[in-house]
Amino acid sequence: MLLDNWLFVGLLVIVAAGIPAIVLVIARLLAPRKPNDAKLDTYECGMETVGDTWVQFKVQYYIYALVFLVFDVEIIFLYPWAVAFDHLDLLGVIAGVLFIFLLGDGLLYAWRKGALKWN
Amino acid sequence: MSGYGIEDLVYILPIVFLLVWALVLVLVEAFTKRPDVTMLLAAFGLLAAVTLSVIQFGTEATAFKEMLTVDGYAVFVYMLVLASGLLSLGLAYDYNRRMGWARGEYYILMLFSIAGAMLMASAANLIVVFLALELLSIPLYVMAAFVPNDASSEEAGLKYFLLGAFAGGFVLYGVALIYGATGATNLMDVVAAALGTNSPVMLLTGAALILVGLGFKVALVPFHMWTPDVYQGAPTPVTAYMAVVAKAGGFAALFRVFIAAFPSVSADLTPVIATLVVLTLVVGNVAALAQKNIKRMLAYSSISHAGFLMMAFVTYGSALYADAVTSLLFYLLAFTVTSFGSWAVVIALEKAEGKGLDFEDYAGLGKKYPMLSAAMLVFLLSFAGVPPTLGFAGKFFLFRTVLEAGYAWLAIVGVIMSLVSAFYYLRVVRFMYFEQGDPEVRSEPVLNLVTAITVVGTIFLFLFSGPLLAWASEAVLALI
Amino acid sequence: MVPIEYYVALSAILFMIGTMGVLTRRNAIIIFMSIELMLNAANLLFVAFARMYEALSGQIFVFFVMTVAAAEVAVGLALIVAVFRTKHSINIDEASTLKG
Repeated sequence: MLLDNWLFVGLLVIVAAGIPAIVLVIARLLAPRKPNDAKLDTYECGMETVGDTWVQFKVQYYIYALVFLVFDVEIIFLYPWAVAFDHLDLLGVIAGVLFIFLLGDGLLYAWRKGALKWN
Repeated sequence: MSGYGIEDLVYILPIVFLLVWALVLVLVEAFTKRPDVTMLLAAFGLLAAVTLSVIQFGTEATAFKEMLTVDGYAVFVYMLVLASGLLSLGLAYDYNRRMGWARGEYYILMLFSIAGAMLMASAANLIVVFLALELLSIPLYVMAAFVPNDASSEEAGLKYFLLGAFAGGFVLYGVALIYGATGATNLMDVVAAALGTNSPVMLLTGAALILVGLGFKVALVPFHMWTPDVYQGAPTPVTAYMAVVAKAGGFAALFRVFIAAFPSVSADLTPVIATLVVLTLVVGNVAALAQKNIKRMLAYSSISHAGFLMMAFVTYGSALYADAVTSLLFYLLAFTVTSFGSWAVVIALEKAEGKGLDFEDYAGLGKKYPMLSAAMLVFLLSFAGVPPTLGFAGKFFLFRTVLEAGYAWLAIVGVIMSLVSAFYYLRVVRFMYFEQGDPEVRSEPVLNLVTAITVVGTIFLFLFSGPLLAWASEAVLALI
Repeated sequence: MVPIEYYVALSAILFMIGTMGVLTRRNAIIIFMSIELMLNAANLLFVAFARMYEALSGQIFVFFVMTVAAAEVAVGLALIVAVFRTKHSINIDEASTLKG
């Protein structure tokens, strides 16, 4: 019965949400709280903090993720093309190949502009 | 005629050529050291696309299983957008080098954006409208933020991006609702299914959401909040390009979608559209009166012109839609020529770091540079709708169409708002001719060429208004 | 078979949450996330209606929408990174050098 299935899912949700919730509540109730200034300070390997807490933003991480994203979406489009490859006529094959060349164009540009280097 | 074949690609050859050319330029840009090469090749590509569009004159065809249409309407908008691209390229060439940040990617992004605008004019399927909208907008977000290390340019780009993506989400949700209401996204299928529909609410909501989303793009009130900030922060050639092409593409798609697909809900939507028109005209003109910076003044003025363009839309459901389309196209042409001219003058006077953009910097222009101030006078008169300029012809035909459709009160509002607008346009004229000052003007060859072309266009095309109107009225939508 | 109204209601709720997110939040990345939520609400509608009409076209549209969303992510995050490097903050309340 449909309702039986949903009942199982409901039970799962309650248990899965409930156990961590119970644990956290017990921890909040039972743990001692005695904050003082030294405990609340920022951690820097056990010494006094020196300088800003801002971390240098490395742009290479972002560029790496960006190039990955673009080619990941390319793969998303290539999967159905590959699956339907047997039933495609010539225009379909050419369209797929042109799509790959289009993204290769972008890759060449990124390569020449140094986006693939990691400094 | 429709299907997926080579003949379909041939029908949309201008767009396809422009896209392929932009991709080739990406490669050129990767291997070249000078941005001039990319710029010249981009100009060549635009000219080639113009030639291809001229060859498309007189075709009336649908392509790709009726997802795209090529007809007189689309070709008119192609030519308008390509001409805007060429003019904007001329403005950008000197400006980018003068400001020291010339890069080839600017022109590549512009080519993609132009292709998107052309696709919007040709779109006969709601999904293609969405895709073309994003193709038009995403390069613009980057172009608006193009100036390196400039806080206001980056902020303009971020604001434009957040609000533009927000608007795109609205358009998409509207398209999804229409798909749900009718089971189709091709405009022909939508109108066929809408006639026998059982859920007009979903159709109406979808149409309204599409109107909201596209209204953001063309800066209708109350979706105009981004316009002054983005126009002011973005580099001026980008602003000039945005002001015209975003409106041209947005209105082209709006008209085609609503006339072809939603005549059945026109009775419900027309009062809403009329309210939007009045709000846009009033807010655009009144807010422009208070501006001291010429870029913001021109931004609010372009909001008010979007109101005028929308006025042609009020009659879309009636039998007079052909006149509505004609007046839209003609006003768009007048707005394009005048707008680029005025922005050319702004660029001639602009100094680095956003200086040279207040009204006081125009003081004394009449004495020192009489030709330039005469050109600016022509452009401002055309904006205000004073004869013998193209702007006057545009407004005249627009008001006549609206009157014939029975919206006399709307025409009266339009005339009053035109008179109000004359106040702030003539304020610049007052500064130019009746105040003392010592303005600095950059006189660069391409910039002067653009100014000259647009001045000549504004006055002489007025003499050719008859044939131009006839051309525009032949551009009847093939979908009806 | 789940009635179509449930899908439409869920999609509308997601869309509303996304819109509220864009209008009320101050962090640029959260705003961007809300925009993506709006696009996904539309995706849900497409797939649900494709199921209702027994057509495949709705699911194909989802492909296109996801591609556009990916492109927007690329461009949008680049803009946010650019603003962050100049201002060291992505609080949009601080993006007010241009007086609105």
